Amino acid sequence: MTKAIEFNVNGARRTVIADADTPLIYILRNDLKLKGTRFGCGRGVCGCCTVLLDGRSVQSCNTPVSAAEAKTVTTIEGLGSGAALHPLQEAFIEEQAGQCGYCLTGIIMGAAALLDRNPSPTDAQVRSELDIHLCRCGSYDRILRAIRRASQKMSKGRAL
Amino acid sequence: MATASLPASLLPTSLARNIRLDRWVTVRPDGVVEIRTGKVEIGQGIISTLAQIAAEELDVDYTRIHMIPADTARSPNEGVTAGSRSTVESGGALRQACAEVRSAFLEAAAHRLGSGIDELLVRDGTIHRRASNESTTYWELSGEVDLARDANGRAAPKRADQLTLVGKSLPRIDLPEKVIGSGVYVHDLELSGMLHGRVLRPPSYRATLQGFDGRHVETMRGVRAVVRNGRFVGVVAEREEQAVAAVAALAKHARWSEAADLPDVDDLATYLQSLPAKPMVLSEKGVASQAGAERLSATYSRPFLAHASIGPSCAVALSQGGAIEIWSQSQSIYPTRKDIATTLGIAPDAITVHHVPGAGCYGHNGADDAALDAVLLARAVEGHPVRLQWSHEDELAWSPYGPAMVVAMSGSIDGSGRIVDWRHEMWSNPHIARPGLQESPSLLAAWHIDPPFAQPPGIDALPGGKPASQRNAVPIYDFANQKVIHHVLDRLPVRTGTLRAIGGFINTFAIECFMDELAHSAGVDPIELRLKHLSDDRAIAVLKAARERSGLSSKRQRNGSRGMGLGFARYSNEASYAAVVVEVDVGETIKVVRAVAAVDCGRTINPEGVSNQVEGGVVQAVSWILKEQVRFDRSRIMTRTFDDYPILRFAEAPPVETVIIDRPDQPSLGIGEAVAGPTAAAVANAVFDAMGIRVRDLPLTRERIMVAINEA
Repeated sequence: MTKAIEFNVNGARRTVIADADTPLIYILRNDLKLKGTRFGCGRGVCGCCTVLLDGRSVQSCNTPVSAAEAKTVTTIEGLGSGAALHPLQEAFIEEQAGQCGYCLTGIIMGAAALLDRNPSPTDAQVRSELDIHLCRCGSYDRILRAIRRASQKMSKGRAL
Repeated sequence: MATASLPASLLPTSLARNIRLDRWVTVRPDGVVEIRTGKVEIGQGIISTLAQIAAEELDVDYTRIHMIPADTARSPNEGVTAGSRSTVESGGALRQACAEVRSAFLEAAAHRLGSGIDELLVRDGTIHRRASNESTTYWELSGEVDLARDANGRAAPKRADQLTLVGKSLPRIDLPEKVIGSGVYVHDLELSGMLHGRVLRPPSYRATLQGFDGRHVETMRGVRAVVRNGRFVGVVAEREEQAVAAVAALAKHARWSEAADLPDVDDLATYLQSLPAKPMVLSEKGVASQAGAERLSATYSRPFLAHASIGPSCAVALSQGGAIEIWSQSQSIYPTRKDIATTLGIAPDAITVHHVPGAGCYGHNGADDAALDAVLLARAVEGHPVRLQWSHEDELAWSPYGPAMVVAMSGSIDGSGRIVDWRHEMWSNPHIARPGLQESPSLLAAWHIDPPFAQPPGIDALPGGKPASQRNAVPIYDFANQKVIHHVLDRLPVRTGTLRAIGGFINTFAIECFMDELAHSAGVDPIELRLKHLSDDRAIAVLKAARERSGLSSKRQRNGSRGMGLGFARYSNEASYAAVVVEVDVGETIKVVRAVAAVDCGRTINPEGVSNQVEGGVVQAVSWILKEQVRFDRSRIMTRTFDDYPILRFAEAPPVETVIIDRPDQPSLGIGEAVAGPTAAAVANAVFDAMGIRVRDLPLTRERIMVAINEA
């Protein structure tokens, strides 16, 4: 049965009419036209579709839209844009971290959740916290460097 | 001074085939330069590399270059984006074409300024007359310089000492959009009236559809069409989740009959060597075997490997008034168009294919199949674009795999440390199953519709090219006595196609492991043994650079846990040189803790781009050899998710250090596939260094190591 489901997406209140068990990713991509959340495996094991739900990273392919009701969803579009990049996005470009790029938005969202909890993670913490995220092009090491760089940028930002 | 035109045969091949300059370059009055290429972005960064080459030859800023996505309506036809040949082919063509365009603008400027061409210089598209304030620009002259003419080879591209942009690490053009989450992929297209499609694949390759009832599904909410043609079954719905639900319902109402026709997945080497084969001698010199020398033999194998792209194949198609428009992540928009036209029985001209990037592509995957799937569904809902996406499970189970292969080596080394006999026998089916090359279409759905097209047998070489399975089979080393044989197999019962590094991966793995085995048997240093049999200075240079940077030495003590090893090759004996050293830590599992790669890809266009490809190539090869193996029972593919086809994860990926030996005076060579074989051998050699055991069948799993320990 379809119903109206209301939640906050990237700072704006949105209402969608959908089956309650519709995976959140289809709502984000097709109803709200937020294409930056990528569909990977559809079973929550590759990390491509990661978004923040009340600040925690979740896989939107196996999260029903009903789980977002009355909550706050942040997607890559809410993290930063061309005009005002998030330090993570800047750092990924500076490190040229990525090849096909399909996994990147999910990884950046996962990293954003991590840096929010732990602003200065060790490399081992980054690797283990982001272990759900797969990158078939093999850019892991650059991604690690980008997250380290973003962490430094953000701590400088806080110090100022 | 008038210079004669070069005959077209002396132009870069891709330019000779697409000889009009305006096919490649448009200089716009608003200060933008449009560049068209037939090669496509598959994650390798080629679009940025080509932009850099164009900016260099035109003397314009990199940011002025606007790369036009490839499509069959306007782009040069450059066949397939594959084989690490894009920098050579499209880069070579653009280098010459842009040099000619620059020259044409200089002529026009000389005319306008009343000066000699020698008095002019170009800075970012502005043409200055030296020793005066006079200038004009490409943009002012764009209306009068006619590029609707053939390339003639008269203008020479820049010499190494004239390069200003090539050799610099300019940032990738596509990355900013990818990190902000723009809709850059074919998956993200949003067309007016677009519907969503899904296909129900058979449970196994040769399953036949015994019973099917689509009525329950036709009445499901949002379903617009249920398509059945032979054993091709699909659905079109208004919403994506409706299409997913409908195809799941279709699966419940379909009855299949399956055959048990697959070989034993745990004994593929025996299986491949037992098949009927035609022997083909690739190289023979000297005498077959040397009296008195002790002979060593070893057999190496790899399983079927999946592309395992992180995103599923996707395409959008629109059928309207007899014309078909397709948006596809295909590596081969023209050849794919040809096979789709054959399948539908229409003229290729009725079809336009636009390239839109997909998730990472490492060879012939499901991209082309998805394009035909989308067309077959779109024909059921005329006038509506249909966005068709594969499931992740189908991506792993139905994409062509890199074929399983076996290589049997034997040889001997004399008392002076010289290899006096070398024999390399490989068993492989033809690797190339791409669309557009054979009589029958090479597209999955074409074999499933009624009446079906025959699945073509595959070919091993592109027209004018070298056989894919045989890459690197003939050794680069100087051996007085050698014989190399390819036992040519027919098509295998598992669907195969080209995967990054093709046969070069296992041939290099076998050669480079066997070099270490011979060195060990003779008690000589493995790198010295290689150097002793190499005369190519560039090969010697990468080997020495990798040894030096990694600190690899034969004088270390084996400690039963840590080990180092090296592998080397010049990819396909004509592309980039690569020597890779890895360090492993062998515990419960094998962990590659560090890798150093020394590469020579001739004139380096973009060092950071090369490093990125090398790092990714090393990580992917480590994943292949430590973890990956397509598994099946006697009927069905059993590896259908990342849980049962694990790939290398964040915590397992080694840091990779890249050493580039730049050769600005030498032609640029492709780098994308260069490190795969050397990396694989380096890991196996490092495991031997650590443990003194040799695992020759991939992947190097814990179970295989335990077996090898018990047998040692």
